[in-house]
Amino acid sequence: MNAHTHSSLESDIKNHLNVQRWRHDFPILQTRLYGKTLVYLDNAATTQKPYTVMEAENHYYRYDNANVHRGIHTLSQRATEAFEYARVALQHLMNAQYAHEIIFVRGTTEAINLVAQSYGRSRFKAGDEIIVSGMEHHSNIVPWQMLCKQVGAILRVIPVDDAGELDRNTYDALLCQRTKLVAITHVSNTLGTINPVKRMIDAAHAHHIPVLLDGAQAIAHLPVDVQDLDCDFYAFSGHKLYGPTGIGVLYGKSALLDDMPPYQGGGDMISSVSFEATTYNKLPYKFEAGTPNIAGVVGVGAAANYLNSIGFDAIVGHEQALLSYATELISEIPGLRIIGNASNKTGILSFVLQGLHPHDIGTFLDRQGIAVRTGHHCTMPLMERFGVPATVRASFALYNTISEVDKLAEAIYQVKEVFK
Amino acid sequence: MNDLRELYQDLIFDHYRQPRNYGPLEHANRKAEGYNPLCGDKISLAMIVKDGVISDIRFEGVGCAISTASASLMTESLKGKDEGEALNMLKDFQALVTGVAVPDAMGKLTVLAGVQAFPQRVKCATLAWHTMQAALKNTTEPVSTE
Repeated sequence: MNAHTHSSLESDIKNHLNVQRWRHDFPILQTRLYGKTLVYLDNAATTQKPYTVMEAENHYYRYDNANVHRGIHTLSQRATEAFEYARVALQHLMNAQYAHEIIFVRGTTEAINLVAQSYGRSRFKAGDEIIVSGMEHHSNIVPWQMLCKQVGAILRVIPVDDAGELDRNTYDALLCQRTKLVAITHVSNTLGTINPVKRMIDAAHAHHIPVLLDGAQAIAHLPVDVQDLDCDFYAFSGHKLYGPTGIGVLYGKSALLDDMPPYQGGGDMISSVSFEATTYNKLPYKFEAGTPNIAGVVGVGAAANYLNSIGFDAIVGHEQALLSYATELISEIPGLRIIGNASNKTGILSFVLQGLHPHDIGTFLDRQGIAVRTGHHCTMPLMERFGVPATVRASFALYNTISEVDKLAEAIYQVKEVFK
Repeated sequence: MNDLRELYQDLIFDHYRQPRNYGPLEHANRKAEGYNPLCGDKISLAMIVKDGVISDIRFEGVGCAISTASASLMTESLKGKDEGEALNMLKDFQALVTGVAVPDAMGKLTVLAGVQAFPQRVKCATLAWHTMQAALKNTTEPVSTE
């Protein structure tokens, strides 16, 4: 490496100490595989969990377990308090105006299906248009295709350019009277591209079109402020936020959610039921039918508090340093092509190696203790766009280190040697 | 690292870099497409079957080292076999790569036995074989490993 200036050396040391401290919070990082310490670089698929999340779930089951919003007994009251406390933690994480704008769902996928089937199905008609982008995860494509089939609406797609950025001019041209919703990803899970969503939301709102953001890849890696963005819906999964699987959030503006019919019927989502008529409960309970994943909610609340305690300045600073170091190092490898070179990215590096299939690379890296994702990353249209069947994807989280990036690069050189 | 060497033997590399019986086949009367959506591997298989015997067989497609070498080795071992023998070899091959059994008389195909240490890669190794089975039935729907 080049000589550092005094101040950047100081910040490097501070950064190093931070990362070492954060790593202690994640017991799984001590795992040894095939005689090597685990290098976990599949964070875009799911992140590892800190003690605080595991302890929160454990504490809930050990001391507070009961059903929520029902019992008059003490445990039920404690469970309800823990559940609603988590809702407030998530409200703060994304700076929502009200806690009742946070709807607990299974994950990003269910959040998007909820909006498609509740908001879309009750309002959209034949000939209406929904805009998505060419870099969407299948979970932000298929629910809209299903809705289009049901109501006769049409899906429009914003193209992706060679660098992996959305084509602004086409987007502006697609917005029209027929457009009823824009549903785009905040950050691409395959390319790492951070889309200029604030500008895109402003443009949609100029036509009175609401916008849903798929925040699955953004929420743990960027500060998200839904009021500043002014997005109408924001969806994410707890497990990509250092929280448990099977729990996620749909944020929706209060006025929109109020006007929407329920997504599922059952207990908790009603005020009164008779065989003649049912009155639905108020927000957020209208959308939370049945006994929820209480421990999951408690866990994701703990994850939100964990991130808030570290702060996004430190997280973004560290992950951007990893990304630029890794990009430089990996680019030097002969025959390696990075897929996704947007000017504004999170810590995601997708690449292909000439003459080598991603699956063979993935198997080789696995035996070096390095976990990466290989495949199409649930973005088959995007793979088609870049003319590759699959990529290798390394994705970073706050606990990854420069030395882990070095190990990745070394292992890629080795696999090239083996396959020479 | 030993199981990696076991998986990626020289013969596998050889058939990956220079797949045998690769390219289109004129006058084929049995054809099928195979697809592994998990890794994007695609294979087109074409055969000439005369009086129940596979007289010629060729394949095309993109895939990883394991799926390409497996397809190449399969085409070599199936030439001259009748349909019943081919289907029996499919069963034996599946047993080999899943580690259920070590069938006799597998010839060069035993080089793929290393796959059993890598359960995630069994689909790579068997894609060509499933496609062959579909081709014998002349299935028009592409075969998927999923």
